[in-house]
Amino acid sequence: MDVAIIDYKMSNLFSVQAACQKVGLSSVITSDNNEILNAKIAILPGVGAFGKAMKFLGNSKLDDTIYQFVVSGKPFVGICLGLQLLFDSSDEFGDYKGLGLVKGKVKKFQFHSYESIKYPVPQIGWNKINSNGISWGKTLFCNNHNNDFMYFVHSFYVEPEDESIILSRTTYGNTEYCSSIQHNNIFACQFHPEKSGEIGLNIYKNLKKEYC
Amino acid sequence: MKYIRIIPRLDIKGPNLVKGIHLEGLRVLGKPEEFAKLYYEQGADELIYQDTVASLYQRNSLTDIITKTAKNIFIPITVGGGLRSLEDINKVLRAGADKVALNTEAIKTPDFITQASRSFGSSTIVVAVETIKQPDNSYLAYTDNGREYTGVDVRSWVNEAEDRGAGEILLTSIDQEGTGNGFDLELIKMVSDSVTIPVIAHGGAANDSHIFDSIKDSGADAVAIASMLHYAALNKNGDLVGNFKKEGNTEFLKKKSSFKMFGKENISEIKNNLINKNIPLRVLN
Repeated sequence: MDVAIIDYKMSNLFSVQAACQKVGLSSVITSDNNEILNAKIAILPGVGAFGKAMKFLGNSKLDDTIYQFVVSGKPFVGICLGLQLLFDSSDEFGDYKGLGLVKGKVKKFQFHSYESIKYPVPQIGWNKINSNGISWGKTLFCNNHNNDFMYFVHSFYVEPEDESIILSRTTYGNTEYCSSIQHNNIFACQFHPEKSGEIGLNIYKNLKKEYC
Repeated sequence: MKYIRIIPRLDIKGPNLVKGIHLEGLRVLGKPEEFAKLYYEQGADELIYQDTVASLYQRNSLTDIITKTAKNIFIPITVGGGLRSLEDINKVLRAGADKVALNTEAIKTPDFITQASRSFGSSTIVVAVETIKQPDNSYLAYTDNGREYTGVDVRSWVNEAEDRGAGEILLTSIDQEGTGNGFDLELIKMVSDSVTIPVIAHGGAANDSHIFDSIKDSGADAVAIASMLHYAALNKNGDLVGNFKKEGNTEFLKKKSSFKMFGKENISEIKNNLINKNIPLRVLN
């Protein structure tokens, strides 16, 4: 199996699977330890609450499976909440511990006005990814361009300690935040590539080309 | 920057795309998945599927259409109509929807919003508010596609919806819906000033000036448009005509009639016109 889409009962996994199918990646939606570890690629998707997700990952021992997969060196992809869960902690409704695979914190957007425009929370909609001068040539972004539009749905954003892992930044009102990272074999993004039209599908196409 | 979303809304009855006026008098226009594909290719930012009769007959008939659409269209899909339980929501999400729009059941049992946002995350839960302006200029919410009076005041209802965990408000003016007379700007402003979550304005758009006003004057975060896109699509894409299941009122299509008040622009033309007026929008590369 090419891709294990990790099922922790918190999101629309259908769209991730539909994107895999569109680019010719075989995939399975699963919470099974062996099925995940035997896949060539693992994707951790997710929408929803950090605390609830961590609780489920802990109770089902999926956190151990994720550690083992990442240590194996095979490509691991986090999407949206799946990016945030990789970090040390989140300040969502109290302080929650994350998987701790990436050093840093998860913070909440504040509703605000900027240049007389209101910025609602959650941010729901399209926004640009900015390369910040980093070359995307050897990453899953190799067919993407600076300022490409991606689809975002989130109230929280990540703040990595090590800025060199930041692949792109995005600006929402007065807040500039990290919208994707590449950390060893982990690629993770705040936006939903499977909901970002043909431009987002490029990331899935590259996943197939590079790794399968 | 905040980029405004342009969202085609497709009203569904049985297997067909339909359109009415004031949410009533539904005419058959064609196959929803074909219109959806066209809109995706033209740069739609999301799609809304609204099952127009699900509430009335208590059925959920959309799942086939959702699945067919979600396999080939990689933008978010919101589905509304007749969702009465967490199980109903789960069913349409599993079929491929990304968000659900709740109205009738949410008004009947407001705790449904709380339960749904806890189970699926706030950003999955859109509360659809369908309203009629009253003689005293207040706005009241209606259910069952505008058929049922509830007496619920819109301003306090949107505040409650937000407090209960709604991620967005889909705001329909039944007075304006399908007329092409423009949005109810006062209504949109009142609601977008009352909440801190995004507001999708719906009902009345016939051209890009109407859309411009809803954003500039009233602070809409997104607009849902239907008639102006569907009629433009039928005008320009002849092969969409006649491709429908012979069920419902198909007289409109057979006569090949049209509505003069609606513009003839497709989504990409609408977006270009709005960008020229300095509205930030996503464009396709």
